[in-house]
Amino acid sequence: MMASSYSAKDEDGHITVTGPGGAALRSKKPENTAFKQQRLPAWQPILTAGTVLPAFFIIGLIFIPIGIGLFVTSNNIREFEIDYTGVDESSPCFNCSQNFSWNSTQPCTCSIPFSLEQSYENNVFMYYGLSNFYQNHRRYVKSRDDSQLNGHLGSLKQPSKECEPYAKHENKPIAPCGAIANSMFNDTLELFYNDPNGTKVLIPLRATGIAWWTDKHVKFGNPGDGLNLTAEFQGTTKPVNWRKPVYELDSDPLNNGFINEDFIVWMRTAALPTFRKLYRIISRKDNMVPTLLRGNYTLEVVYNYPVRSFEGRKRMILSTISWMGGKNPFLGIAYITVGSVCFFLGVVLLIIHHKYGNRNNSADISN
Amino acid sequence: MEQLHWVRHRCRTLLAGNPEGGWHSAPDDLPNKSFLNAHCSLHRVRGKRRSVFARHGPHRQEYDTFSKSYKGNAIRTTKYRLLTFIPMNLFQQFHRAANLYFLFLALLNWVPAVEAFQKEITMIPLLVVLAVIAIKDALEDYRRYLFDRKVNNNVARVFCGKQKAYNDQCWKDVRVGDFVRLSCNEIIPADMLLLYSSDPRGVCYIETANLDGETNLKQRQVVSDLPLQGEEFTPESFPSRIECENPNNDLSRFRGYMEHPSGVRVGLHNSNLLLRSCTIRNTETVVGIVVYAGHETKAMMNNSGPRYKRSQLEKRLNTDILWCVVLLIIMCLTSAVGHGLWLKNLKDPVFGVNTDTSPALAGFYVFWTMIIVLQVLIPISLYVSIEIVKLGQIYFIHNDLDLYNEQLDSRIQCRALNITEDLGQIQYLFSDKTGTLTENKMVFCRCSIYGVEYPHVENARRLEVYEAEKNKAADHSVTLRSGCSAKSRSCRSLSCNRSSVSLHTLTADSEEEDEQLSNQIQARTSAFCSRMAKEVVPDPELVRKLNWFSSPLNEASSGTPSSLELAYITDFFLALTICNSVVVSSPSQPRHVVPEARTPLKSLEEIKLMFQRFSFPPFSALSTFSPPQIRGSPRNFTSRLFTRGKTGSFSPTANNATDGSEPGRDNDMDTPKLRCILDFSAPGEGGNAAQVEDDIKKDDIKDAKTSPDGPRQEVEVDSDSDVDDELLYEAESPDEAALVHAARAYRCTLRGRSPESLLVDLPGIGSLAVQLLHILPFDSNRKRMSVVVRHPLTGQVVVYTKGADSVIMDLAETSKGAEQAQEFHSHIKDQSQKHLDSYAREGLRTLCIAKKALEEEEYEAWLKRHLLAESSIENREELLLDSAQRLETNLTLLGTTGIVDRLQEDVPETIEALQRAGIKVWVLTGDKQETAINIAYACKLLRPNDRLLTANCGSKDACAAFLKELKLEVQCGQDGLTEAPAAGAHGESSSGSVSSFILVIDGQTLDWALQEELKRDFLELSSRCKAVLCCRSTPLQKSEVVRLIRDQLGVMTLAVGDGANDVSMIQMADVGIGISGQEGMQAVMSSDFAISRFKHLSKLLLVHGHWCYSRLANMILYFFYKNVMYVNLLFWYQFVCGFSGSVMTNSWVLILFNLIFTSVPPLIYGILDQDMPAETLKGVPELYQAAQTSKIYVPHMFWITVLDAFYQSLVCFFIPYFALTGSDVGILSFGSPINASALFIILLHQVLESHTLTWIHGLVLLLSGGSYFGFVLLFSVSCVTCSPPTNPLGVETLQMSQPLFYIICAVTTFTALLPRMLFRAVYSTVHRTAALKSSHVEKVESENYRKRMQRWNLSHHRVNRLPVCANNPGLEPSTLHTQTHTDRQRAV
Repeated sequence: MMASSYSAKDEDGHITVTGPGGAALRSKKPENTAFKQQRLPAWQPILTAGTVLPAFFIIGLIFIPIGIGLFVTSNNIREFEIDYTGVDESSPCFNCSQNFSWNSTQPCTCSIPFSLEQSYENNVFMYYGLSNFYQNHRRYVKSRDDSQLNGHLGSLKQPSKECEPYAKHENKPIAPCGAIANSMFNDTLELFYNDPNGTKVLIPLRATGIAWWTDKHVKFGNPGDGLNLTAEFQGTTKPVNWRKPVYELDSDPLNNGFINEDFIVWMRTAALPTFRKLYRIISRKDNMVPTLLRGNYTLEVVYNYPVRSFEGRKRMILSTISWMGGKNPFLGIAYITVGSVCFFLGVVLLIIHHKYGNRNNSADISN
Repeated sequence: MEQLHWVRHRCRTLLAGNPEGGWHSAPDDLPNKSFLNAHCSLHRVRGKRRSVFARHGPHRQEYDTFSKSYKGNAIRTTKYRLLTFIPMNLFQQFHRAANLYFLFLALLNWVPAVEAFQKEITMIPLLVVLAVIAIKDALEDYRRYLFDRKVNNNVARVFCGKQKAYNDQCWKDVRVGDFVRLSCNEIIPADMLLLYSSDPRGVCYIETANLDGETNLKQRQVVSDLPLQGEEFTPESFPSRIECENPNNDLSRFRGYMEHPSGVRVGLHNSNLLLRSCTIRNTETVVGIVVYAGHETKAMMNNSGPRYKRSQLEKRLNTDILWCVVLLIIMCLTSAVGHGLWLKNLKDPVFGVNTDTSPALAGFYVFWTMIIVLQVLIPISLYVSIEIVKLGQIYFIHNDLDLYNEQLDSRIQCRALNITEDLGQIQYLFSDKTGTLTENKMVFCRCSIYGVEYPHVENARRLEVYEAEKNKAADHSVTLRSGCSAKSRSCRSLSCNRSSVSLHTLTADSEEEDEQLSNQIQARTSAFCSRMAKEVVPDPELVRKLNWFSSPLNEASSGTPSSLELAYITDFFLALTICNSVVVSSPSQPRHVVPEARTPLKSLEEIKLMFQRFSFPPFSALSTFSPPQIRGSPRNFTSRLFTRGKTGSFSPTANNATDGSEPGRDNDMDTPKLRCILDFSAPGEGGNAAQVEDDIKKDDIKDAKTSPDGPRQEVEVDSDSDVDDELLYEAESPDEAALVHAARAYRCTLRGRSPESLLVDLPGIGSLAVQLLHILPFDSNRKRMSVVVRHPLTGQVVVYTKGADSVIMDLAETSKGAEQAQEFHSHIKDQSQKHLDSYAREGLRTLCIAKKALEEEEYEAWLKRHLLAESSIENREELLLDSAQRLETNLTLLGTTGIVDRLQEDVPETIEALQRAGIKVWVLTGDKQETAINIAYACKLLRPNDRLLTANCGSKDACAAFLKELKLEVQCGQDGLTEAPAAGAHGESSSGSVSSFILVIDGQTLDWALQEELKRDFLELSSRCKAVLCCRSTPLQKSEVVRLIRDQLGVMTLAVGDGANDVSMIQMADVGIGISGQEGMQAVMSSDFAISRFKHLSKLLLVHGHWCYSRLANMILYFFYKNVMYVNLLFWYQFVCGFSGSVMTNSWVLILFNLIFTSVPPLIYGILDQDMPAETLKGVPELYQAAQTSKIYVPHMFWITVLDAFYQSLVCFFIPYFALTGSDVGILSFGSPINASALFIILLHQVLESHTLTWIHGLVLLLSGGSYFGFVLLFSVSCVTCSPPTNPLGVETLQMSQPLFYIICAVTTFTALLPRMLFRAVYSTVHRTAALKSSHVEKVESENYRKRMQRWNLSHHRVNRLPVCANNPGLEPSTLHTQTHTDRQRAV
């Protein structure tokens, strides 16, 4: 009591800022809030056999049907694959693969016969597949100029340094620059149906719609207004390995230059060294007839692309697709396996729970 | 790492704006020689000292040459300036190894051959970390800047030469040599030499709370010899030159001299110096000349940076980071070799770029590329995160209600920010006793004078009542608080809150800081103001004897004390009253108003002469006996004084009154002489003599004698009358205050103090001015203090000494007189020793009071040498010590006192809990062995059936032998213990059933035990003992013990103490805890955490320590997990991309993944997680042991975590890989599900690891996940040509629109988490039952133990080795039920 009166008296010192009692009101007592006292209502996920085992059973119950569904879906996908690299001497493309030159004007062609055991319903997607082709190599991936591909004029004339050493050729900027573009897949594949009556019917292949919409319409663009590509690409040169300049990739102006879909597809580098890329789409004509009938076919290849030097492989793939993409039984198997393991573990946990859990329910201290 | 931190810290302090810091702090003694010929060699020695001239005085020229170059008073504590902030801050941050490493990585990315990402991207983590820290630093610095500005712009009245007047000036404009005039309650702007004080005696009082937190007043003296007293000081004509030492940080030392124009030199010392940031008190005006300004002031030079301690966990962390580095290098080497081999087998690929580089070189490049790519493995953000987490933890500790002390209104202060988790690993606790275990509220309890014990039964009873009252009376605590809260508020002194800005700015609100300055002004009340300490109920017997002195009538019948005894009693109380450094003030008056110290009465002088004649002999030699009493005649005078209630001044009427009584006194003179001789031979018959004086006394005493317990009533009346004239005593130590209050209860009241005299009320005599000749202050070497006074009654020079019993007993007179006298003395000594022993057994603090009368010549001789010592500049301290020791010999023991220092609340429970938690508790105290043992019993450190090993050895060899013997004994005992089937494995708690060993060691033996040869034995012995008590230990020993245990056993130590003597121990221990108690703030200032009660330790350690440790350990493990897991995804990808260093993720996402998307949840985890509820941790202290032995964060946990991370990354990579292999998936499309599932796995992993989940966790997890998807989607929509080469345009939108993405994510996430989930479930199912079982057993056992203890106490307490004291309620073992308690009392 006296102390307080005493301190009050001393407050008339002129440096005093707070009034009397100002300090007394400001107690330093911490606030008694749940947060500050660390008493927030909390869920304590103590994982015990008892709490986990329902989860295991439920997951098992969910995963196994999904797995079966995936597996069935994957199995329903028709897929045909044919290697036309020409490694074997017996292979029709052996010769073409042997004498190869990027600059040869004489195209080497070979035709590979094959037969489909089943008819393919719906749209059939035609892929070319490459193996041991490291499109994901760091330097390779980098070697492009997105700005140039987007149609930026400055980049067209002055390709980015990333494109080195495929940025300039004979002092002219390369369009499209970079290693990716330079190594673009340039085999031409044609598919013929060998009618049982002996005639070869060329199967119409659609070359558009194979690239992502965003790529075609946003990411890639021709310089200028894109009407006169020859003029726009004036002063640039074609990539070293290319046979014709970029503005002659296709006759269709909407699929020419940088927005050529084959080019776009190639430019989206594959993640793994064995990959496929969409080449053409065989659209179904009407609902009654399968897109590809069961029977014999011939694949006509204009063999331009060298892969044998690095022991690569070239394939042609025909596939229908489902909602989950191409044929791949792995996911279905994985789901079924994980689901069964869960089920099994659930049983194990049940045993553990019965052995340990029940006994101590009464003495539960951790609320 | 540690060194780097040290370097950083060092740099910080160097950069802290004081480049000469090192130079100042260097010892710069003034050599004696140069001192003598200082004048001629002024220029030569300028580097060693400074000369100060008045700025506006006659020596303008000298001022310009010398003083002008000294620093101004502006201070700048900011580390940076506006312009130099960025370079300076960067420079400092790059002292951190991690930052340098990441800078190196960022630079590496600029080398084209190894470049992995865009150049900017690798800068981001570094920039973010640097920016976060820079912002934190900038904020802290800005606060400092604001504070500086405020301080610099404070106004002081400075003498201006032109106007010849004092003008208001800002502090920053004050310069060395300025004259500053200050009024009461103003803060001193710079270190000044006191030249003038309005006080006629030339003193002024300052309060140093801002410096050291002590609220008591310190007296400062005008430079002696200054002919300025009385008239106003004239600065313009100040002619003298001041020579003083260079600025240094020693607060208690100041040396120099002032040279007047006449050539006379006056020595200057600390008592002439007014220190910056102290406050002037009780003095109207003072004028001083500034000698040190700004950063050169002692206050600023003491302002060192915050403590930097490295926590144990961080040391472990560093080794694990090194493992990460090893892992990184292995991974990079793998990539390098792989790339080389891959390239070698590759011939002319279409996709080749720069294929002409040789495989080896390419491999080399890839090595560095991979270091950049996998950089995340070294957690850059870990250090920052740890700092943030610790701040969060500190925030919660700071806000804990349980650690808040209502009475003192004080929270816990966390002064060290980075050792929170060390609190969870303490293995040894070293505790001080006084003020730590006990309250350090000293209450006078008993005393023994003249070999007669006065048990003060009433007083003891009252203490008990008080105890009960205290428990229920809430309103009382308000009173206490108003008195003491102010003190606690001032605890954070100026230097304190400046230096620990980083803490306070982040944990306390800033306004609080601002107000502190003003609060401190209010914060000046007696620290020892508790009602309990002041109200001492006097012992009736003693009162009777004392009153007999003034009223012999009543005593006629029985127990008349001998006059010699009375002399002893009087002297005893006089000593209690004056032998101290207590400052007196009263609330109604300014503090310093000391009643005029003139000798009040002419007639009284004559009384004194008479008194001297009679009383002298008993004290010097016992050849003649004479009564010390002046009976009757002063009674008229004094009784009048008492009834008036005020004794502050003596009016002429009082003078007359005593004059009138003179004849009566003369009358009286002969009789006592006779009586005294009778007294000695037959003390019982003293009444005769008293009868003689009846006629003189009768009229004065009748008021008091009407009832049988008159004396007590009288005292009560007296003290009642004192209420309105309340005196405040401010003492440096609570013992002093307690003794003064005790004396006051016997109406020996200290009324006032001035440097030359003390004003004392004595019963039956009245106010006396005691001429104070010297104070020989207390120091821990001498363990005593003395005052030299001229005895008010005898006129003799008398030394009163008060000190530790061991010291005083040794110094007590070895009789040289007659055999009778010798016998008499030894009788008193023996009796007193007996009482002392019994006090000590009761756990009382004992002090001895002794006196010595000096012959004039003796005094003169001593004085000469003492003055020499005082005026010497070299070795002044040592000389003064010598001088004091010369004087304090051949003392006459007057009596002894016992002071209760009650245990703080819940101390026994706390100690028990700590011991159950596996913490070994050592008590290191300066107290007597018996006191220490008793306290140890009381606080349950010792169990009744523990075996006490006492080591008191006389020599080193004996000590060595004894230690060996004890070791053997302990070994035997422990073998028996292990054989015993008792559940000793369950921890210390159950060891009550078997005896464990307690080692008690005294200071001297400890000295030997700490020596090199005996160290091993001592360690071995002490580590086998449950507890160790070190008594009579010096501060140095305390720290030595801590060091020994810490270094030799390699354990985590905690030291807790409250006083200056614990500072070294606190600093030595891994964790130092200061108790902000009654003894100033030194302990708090040097501590890492400051608490206000010992009991807070249990929550701090058991709950917060455990939490902090497990949180941090888990968070660190999680960090490692997270990084290893994520980085491995990239690593696995190298196997399918030819080890080329390619990544399947957009580089922005890659970098931000760690920095943003998954950075906050671990922080929340580290701050909020509670692996066990607080109640469980408190209730089952054994849980603490898990953390103590670092069970959470051990190497194998690190490797398990890393392995789990490997597994998870394998799953997370290869499920998508197999699901997508052979398809037309692009790089980024491949990375998209991998990234997403990695995010899910990492976040859900944390959910699994968290022990508690609150809405905060939920929110943060959601936001983290959301931020990832938000960012990625936004990026993939808007980023058209940005971020080459991994242009994300359209990737994620496309991926997330496909069901395959989710199918992959689901199976990946679940499979990755499956093992950990399974493990957790099985482990906790199996383990929890074990834990439950053990805790159940524990409960039953402790219950049994308690029952057994009760029974035991009932039957054994009388045959106990040491009885637990009965009249000290605080010492009652509190587990005993009240039933037991009362039984025991009855039995006693």
